[in-house]
Amino acid sequence: MRRQPFRAAEGGHLIDRTEPLRFDFDGHRHEGYRGDSLASGLLAAGVRIVARSFKYHRPRGVWGFGPEEPNAMVTTGVREEARPNLKATEVPLSEGLEAFGQNAWPSVSWDLGGAAGLAGGLMPAGFYYKTFMAPARWWPALYEPLIRRMAGFGPAPSAPDDAFYAKRRIHADVLVAGGGPAGVAAALAAARAGARVVLADENVRFGGDLLRAPGEIDEGDGLDWIDTAVAELEAMSHVRLLRRATVAGYYDHNLLTVAERPGGEAPAGAPAARLWFVRARDVVIAAGAHERPLLFDGNDRPGVMSASAAGGYAHAYGVLAGRNAVVAGNNDSIYRVARLLRSAGVGIAAVADTRSGGDIRDLPCRAGGTVERVLGSRRVRGVLLRRADGRAGDKGERIACDLVAVSGGWSPAVHLHAQARGSLGYNEERGLILPDRPGGANRSAGAAAGRFDLDGCLAEGWTAGVAAAASSGHERPAGEPPRSPDRSAWEAPVFWQTGGGKRFVDLQYDVTAADVDLAAREGYRSVEHVKRYTALGMGTDQGKTSGMAGLVLLSEALGRPVARTGTTTFRPPYTPVPMAAMASGLIGEGRDALRRTAADDWHEARGALFTAAGLWRRPRYYPREGMDEEEAISAEVRETRAGVGIVDVGTLGKVDIQGRDAAAFLDLLYANRMSSLKTGRGRYGLMLREDGRVFDDGVVMRLGENHFYLTTTTAHQHEAMQHIELLLQTVWPELEVYATDVTEHWFAAALAGPGSRALLGRAAPELDLSDDAFPMMAVRAATVAGLSALVFRMSFSGELSYEIAVPADQGLALWTRLLTEGREDGLTPYGTEAMGTMRIEKGHVTHAEADGRTTPDDLGLGRMVRAEGPGIGKRSLELPALRRKGRQQLVGLSVIDGEARIPPGCQVVESDDMKPAPPLGHVTSFCYSPTLGRALALALVENGRARTGQTVYIASPMIDLSMAAEIVSPVFYDAQGTRLHG
Amino acid sequence: MAAMQRYSIFSLLRGALSGHRDWEPAWRAPEPKPSYDVVIVGGGGHGLATAYYLARNHGIANVAVLERGWIGGGNTGRNTTIVRSNYLLPENQRFYEHSLKLWEGLSRDLNYNVMFSPRGVINVFHTDAQRDYWLRRHNGMRYAGIDAELLTRADLARLVPALNLSPDIRHPIIGGVMQPRGGVARHDAVAWGYARAADALGVDIIQDCEVTGIDVEGGRVTRLQTSRGPIGAGRVGLAVAGHSSRLAEMAGVRLPIETHLLTATVSEPVKPFIDTVVSIAATHAYVSQTDKGEVLIGGSLDGYNSWSQRGSPARLEDILASASEYFPRVSRLRQLRHWAGVMDMSMDGSPIIAKLPVEGLAMTGGWCYGGFKATPASGWCLAWTLANDAPHTLNAPFSLERFRTGAVLDENGAGPVAWGH
Amino acid sequence: MLLIPCPFCGARDETEFAYGGDAGVERPTDPEAATDEAWTDYLCFHDNPKGPHRELWFHRDGCRRWLEVERDTWTHELGAVRLSRP
Repeated sequence: MRRQPFRAAEGGHLIDRTEPLRFDFDGHRHEGYRGDSLASGLLAAGVRIVARSFKYHRPRGVWGFGPEEPNAMVTTGVREEARPNLKATEVPLSEGLEAFGQNAWPSVSWDLGGAAGLAGGLMPAGFYYKTFMAPARWWPALYEPLIRRMAGFGPAPSAPDDAFYAKRRIHADVLVAGGGPAGVAAALAAARAGARVVLADENVRFGGDLLRAPGEIDEGDGLDWIDTAVAELEAMSHVRLLRRATVAGYYDHNLLTVAERPGGEAPAGAPAARLWFVRARDVVIAAGAHERPLLFDGNDRPGVMSASAAGGYAHAYGVLAGRNAVVAGNNDSIYRVARLLRSAGVGIAAVADTRSGGDIRDLPCRAGGTVERVLGSRRVRGVLLRRADGRAGDKGERIACDLVAVSGGWSPAVHLHAQARGSLGYNEERGLILPDRPGGANRSAGAAAGRFDLDGCLAEGWTAGVAAAASSGHERPAGEPPRSPDRSAWEAPVFWQTGGGKRFVDLQYDVTAADVDLAAREGYRSVEHVKRYTALGMGTDQGKTSGMAGLVLLSEALGRPVARTGTTTFRPPYTPVPMAAMASGLIGEGRDALRRTAADDWHEARGALFTAAGLWRRPRYYPREGMDEEEAISAEVRETRAGVGIVDVGTLGKVDIQGRDAAAFLDLLYANRMSSLKTGRGRYGLMLREDGRVFDDGVVMRLGENHFYLTTTTAHQHEAMQHIELLLQTVWPELEVYATDVTEHWFAAALAGPGSRALLGRAAPELDLSDDAFPMMAVRAATVAGLSALVFRMSFSGELSYEIAVPADQGLALWTRLLTEGREDGLTPYGTEAMGTMRIEKGHVTHAEADGRTTPDDLGLGRMVRAEGPGIGKRSLELPALRRKGRQQLVGLSVIDGEARIPPGCQVVESDDMKPAPPLGHVTSFCYSPTLGRALALALVENGRARTGQTVYIASPMIDLSMAAEIVSPVFYDAQGTRLHG
Repeated sequence: MAAMQRYSIFSLLRGALSGHRDWEPAWRAPEPKPSYDVVIVGGGGHGLATAYYLARNHGIANVAVLERGWIGGGNTGRNTTIVRSNYLLPENQRFYEHSLKLWEGLSRDLNYNVMFSPRGVINVFHTDAQRDYWLRRHNGMRYAGIDAELLTRADLARLVPALNLSPDIRHPIIGGVMQPRGGVARHDAVAWGYARAADALGVDIIQDCEVTGIDVEGGRVTRLQTSRGPIGAGRVGLAVAGHSSRLAEMAGVRLPIETHLLTATVSEPVKPFIDTVVSIAATHAYVSQTDKGEVLIGGSLDGYNSWSQRGSPARLEDILASASEYFPRVSRLRQLRHWAGVMDMSMDGSPIIAKLPVEGLAMTGGWCYGGFKATPASGWCLAWTLANDAPHTLNAPFSLERFRTGAVLDENGAGPVAWGH
Repeated sequence: MLLIPCPFCGARDETEFAYGGDAGVERPTDPEAATDEAWTDYLCFHDNPKGPHRELWFHRDGCRRWLEVERDTWTHELGAVRLSRP
C-alpha cells in the first residue's frame, strides 16, 4: 500500500514533497511532508477516526482547517511530556511527531467507552441536575468521582515545563488582525502611508482563504499577489509580520494580545510560545469567517467535513479528504469546492444545494436538495438526500460516498470586535451577525465584516488600512487598491434542516439539536442559559462553528426572531493561549525581586538561616554547632542582654522630611506631637489610619529646624511613603514639605546590650557617649569605624542601644568593622528571632498587634495620642465603637509551666476543654524567654487590662494543645527601663 | 399551584423512554402582576434564594423576582464557585457557617442537584506571620464549632500532589490549613434550583425586567418603575450585588460600597489533577478544577472602580503566573476563557444585609468577592428581615449603621479602602 | 490595561500607578467639629458612578505625583488628567 494513499499526485502549495516526514498516530507509523499539518498528514494517510466525542464516545474525524476545529483534538508527546487538547489542524507535522487521539480507551479506533453511547438516552442536556442527589454523601463519595473520571479531554502534562516562553510589549500605529486578502491589503495601505504596522496571522503563510482555494488578484494568481505584498511589507522597517500568531484578546485603550507559536520553521532557540502585547492606535480586524455546519442525522461522522476545509486540504496540501464526495450546502461556495475537489481527483457524486435553481451543468446537481442522513456508523459510506423543502412523498435518494463536504454559510469572526465592546447586529436577510458600532479605535474588514467576495475584501481591507493609518496622522498612500474579478457574494439563506436522529450542534461537547430544544422547553430561554445548561459553545473551539446553529435553533424553538435571542458574550481569548506565555517573566524573582540589605553577603557567609520580611530576607538566627534552633536563639538573646549584640536593621523604611512646614506636617501625620522635638533629639511616633486604627510606628529624629528623619516598619515602607505623599499632595498641598524615601540610601545596624557603649566608644572615639552628652533618644553625626554615620540612641531590645546608619554602599564595611572591633567584647550577631524575643519581653508592638483593627488604646498606647489638633485618624477615635468598653486589649501572658512552649496561632480561652466557646482573644506574638525561663506571649484579650492576674488558657485545638497562663503586664522585663542606661 | 415535577433517576428513566418530551419548564415565564407583597430586585442566586425562603420559611408567596437580564446572569454565573466558612471574625463565622449548613442540604432541599462538592478548601502560607494568622483563624473556627485542620507539608503533598512544595521557589510553602467541609458548587445550578423551587411555591420570576426607579412616598417604598411598567410592592429587597449602590441611590440611599472588577479564568478541560480548592497566600491566587476538567483560577481585584466586565490583562498575567508557579502542570495548559465579575466592595470587606433607611426597603449586598458561598444564608437572612421587618441575629451585625459607629467588620484589617479588602 | 497620560512622564501602563479612589472626597477641615455623620461620610461614603468618575491615581513607579484623572468606569475612556491640587 502506498504510504500516503490519499495524497494527490500533484498540488499543495504548503507542502514540500522533497522532504517526507514520519510521524506516529496512536502507535501507527505514517508519513507526510514538511509543511503538512497533523490533520492533513492524517487525512493523507487515510486515518479517518482521530478522536472520540466527549459524552457519547462517538468516532470523530477532522472537520475544519484551523482554530475552529471542534473534533480533532489530539495529545502530542508521550507520558509526562504529553500535551493535551491540541487541534490537529494547528499542529505542524514534524519528524518523529507522536500524537494520540483523545477520550478513548484503548484507542480512538476501538473505544470501549463507545458503550456510553448506548446509555445516551439517560443523558439529555443537564441530566446531572436531575439526579445524583440522594443520599447527600454519595455525591462526593461516588457520583462526583464518576463524573470527574469522564471530565476533561487529555491529561495535563506532569513533567516540569522547562521550555522557554517569551513576552514582548510593543507599540504600533496599526495592528492588522488576520493576513488574508483583506488584512494584507489593509497592512499594505497603512504601511505605504507610513504607519507602523503589525500584521499577524494564525497560519504559517499569509493568504487567508486563498490558502484554501485559488483566486485572482490584479490579473494574476491571488497567492502570488499576497507573496509579493508580503515581500514588500517585509522590506519595510516600520512593519512587523507575525506568522503563526493569533490576535487573541482586545483590552482597554487598544491593547491587544497576540499569541505566537513559533514552532514549525522557527529558528533554534525560539521560544515555545511568545505573547505580544501590542498597544495599537488603531486596529483592523480582518479575522475572516468560520464555515457553519448543516444539521442532519450523523453530521458528526468521520468524513463529514466543512466544505472549505475539504477544498483546502486538496488545494493547500494536495490531500484528498475522500475519493467520492457529496457536497452540500446553502450557498455558492459549494460549487467552488466541488470543482476544486474534482480537479484534485475526487469524484463528485452529487452537489446538493438547499436552494432551488442554481443547477450547474458540469456538476451532478441536486437543486433544492440536502443531506437528511449519513449512512455508515464508523465513517461515511453514503448519504440519504432529500428535498430541502420537506415536500411530502419524497422517498429520498441514497448516494454512496466517503466524504460529505458541507457548508451552512459563514459566520464572520466578530470576536475581536465584540471583545472591544463593539455592538453587534443581526442581519435577518443575510442570516449574519455583523459588527455594528465599534468600541474603540478599530474597524472590521473583509469576511469578518460580512464581505465574502474577494474583490470586496480587497477593497474593504485597503480602505480600512487607509483609515486606520489616518487615525495616527498618516496621509492616504499613493496607488490604488488591488482588484479581483471575483465578486461572488456567497449569500446563504438561513437554513438548519430539521429532521430526526442525532443532529449535532456542538461536536466537541456532543450537544444535539434535541438538547437545545429540550433546554428551551424546560425554560432555559436565554441563549446564555442554553449555553450553560447544555455546554454548547464551551469547548476549546469556543463555539466557532456551533454558535450560530445553537442561536437559530433556540430562536425557532421559542418562536422568536434571532435578533431578539442575541448572542452569548464573546470572551477573550479568541483561541486558547498558552498559560506559560501569559505567565512568563512573572514567576519567582521576576515577580518579586528579592531584597537584600548591604550586609547580606556577610550573613550568608556566616551561615545565617533567613526569614522573609516582605520582599526582604533577614537573618532569622545564626545556627550554632551543637545547638538546636531555640538554644541558638536563646544564646543570642542571653549574650546580648549580658554583653553586646548587633542586628541588621537595614530593612526599616526611612524617610527624609524637609521644608518650612515639616514640623507642622509631622504633627498631622503622627498621633503624637513632633513639633516640640528639639534638634538632635528623637521620639517614638505612632501613625494612625484615618479610621483611627494604628497604621505604623517608628522613630522621628529632628536633624535640623526644618529637617527630620523618620523610620517606618519594614512592612509598611511603601504604604507609609505613599500615605505621606497623598497627604502632602492632596490634603495639605499648601504645606511646604519635601518627603524622600531614603530606605535604599541608608544601611543601619543596632548595637544592643550593656557592652554597646564600650564598643561604640572605641569605634567612634570622638563621640562622647555619656548619658549627659548623648542621652536616650538623641541623634548625633559621627565617624564610626572610620565611616561618616548618624548614631541614634534608642532601643527596641530594652537594653542600652545605639543604631548606626551609614550610606548603603558602606553598610557592609560598617558591619564587618564593627564585628571585628567587637571581637574582644564578644559581640554577638543576632537575627529576627532574638530581636523578636527581646521585644516581646519588653512588650513592644509590631504588626502582629497593630493588625489594622486595633486602636492606640487597645494597644495600651492611648496616652500617646495628643488630644487636640486635626491630625490623621484622631477624629475616628471618638466614634462610639472605638470608645466602647470591652474591646480587646493588649496584655502579657506568662505561661505557668516553665517547660511548655506555645505553638503558633493560639486562641486565648477561659477553659482548657477545647469545646466550642467564644474565645477571650488570641495570641499575637509568642516566644520562649531565656531571660525569664518560660514561654511568654502578647495577646489581645477582651477587656484584657482588667483581667490582670487571672489565669486563662492558651490553646490550639487543631493540635489539641493548651496551657495555663497568667495575664500580666505586656512589659515582662525591666518595666522601670533601667537597663536602657547600660 | 401545580406540584413541582420531581427530579430523580427514575424520572430520567421515564424521560428516556418518552424521548424526553414530557419535561416541564423549570419555572414559568409569567407576566408581572400589578403588585406584590414583596418584590425582590435581582434574579441572581441571592434574590432567588430570598424569594424561596420568603415562601418556604415565612409563608409569603405573593412575591416577584425582577431580573434585568436572565436569572443567574450576574455574579452568580461569574464567580469561582468556592463555598467555605473559614472566617476570622465571629460575626462572619456564624453567618457563613449557617450558609455552609444550608449548602449541605441544598440539593435535596431544592430537588435540584447544585453539585455541592465538599472537597476541602486549603490555604497555604509561606512565612511565620502568615502561619500565625492562618492557624489562629482556624483555631478560632474550632471554637466556633467549625471544622478546621492543620496541614503539614507532608499532608499537602498527599492531598495536593500537583502543588509545588519545592523549598527553592521564591515563596516556598511552609504549611497550610484546611476546612474539609468547604468546597465548590455548580454556580448556575444554584440560581436555577432556587428559581425552580421558588416558582413551585408561587413566586413570579420575571426576566428581562429592568428596574428604573424606586418610588418612595412618605418615607416608605411603594412601587418600582420597571421596563415592563410600574409594579407595586409592600416591601422591596435589593439583591443586586455589583450594582447595589445604583439601586439604593434610586431610593435616595447612599452606600459605603464601590464597584470593582475581579478577574477569573479557566484553562481548557483536562483530566482532573487538582481535587481540592487551594488558595495561595503569597500571590493571592486560588485554584480549583471543575467537574468539566477546567482549571479555574481567581485572583485579586483589578484595583480601580469599574463596571466594565473586562478585566485587565495585567491581573491575568499575575494570576496565571501564580497558578503556573504553584501548580507547574498548569504551565503547559492553555487559557480558554477569562472574564471579570463586577464586585460590590464594601468599606470593611463585609456584606450589608440590612434594612435601609427607607421603610419597607432592605438589601443584601456588599459581598466583595465572597458572595457565592453566602447565597443560601444571604437569602435566608434577607427573607427573615423582610418578613419580620427586623434583622435576624445572624445578620444584625451586617448593618449599614456600623459604618457610622465604627463597629466595622474588617476581616483583613485593611481599613476603609474599598479595594483593599 | 489602562494607558494613563501622566503630565510629567507621558502615557504609561496602569501597572505603574496606584489607585487612590474618589477625588471628590473632601477631608473636613476641622475634624473635631465634624459630626459623626459628616466624618464617616468622608471615611466611607464615596461616589460610585457607572460612568464619568473623577479619581486619584498615584504615579508610583514614575514621578510619584498624585494625579486627578477623569475616567468613565464603564467604558474606561479617559478624560482630563491633571495634577491633584498643583
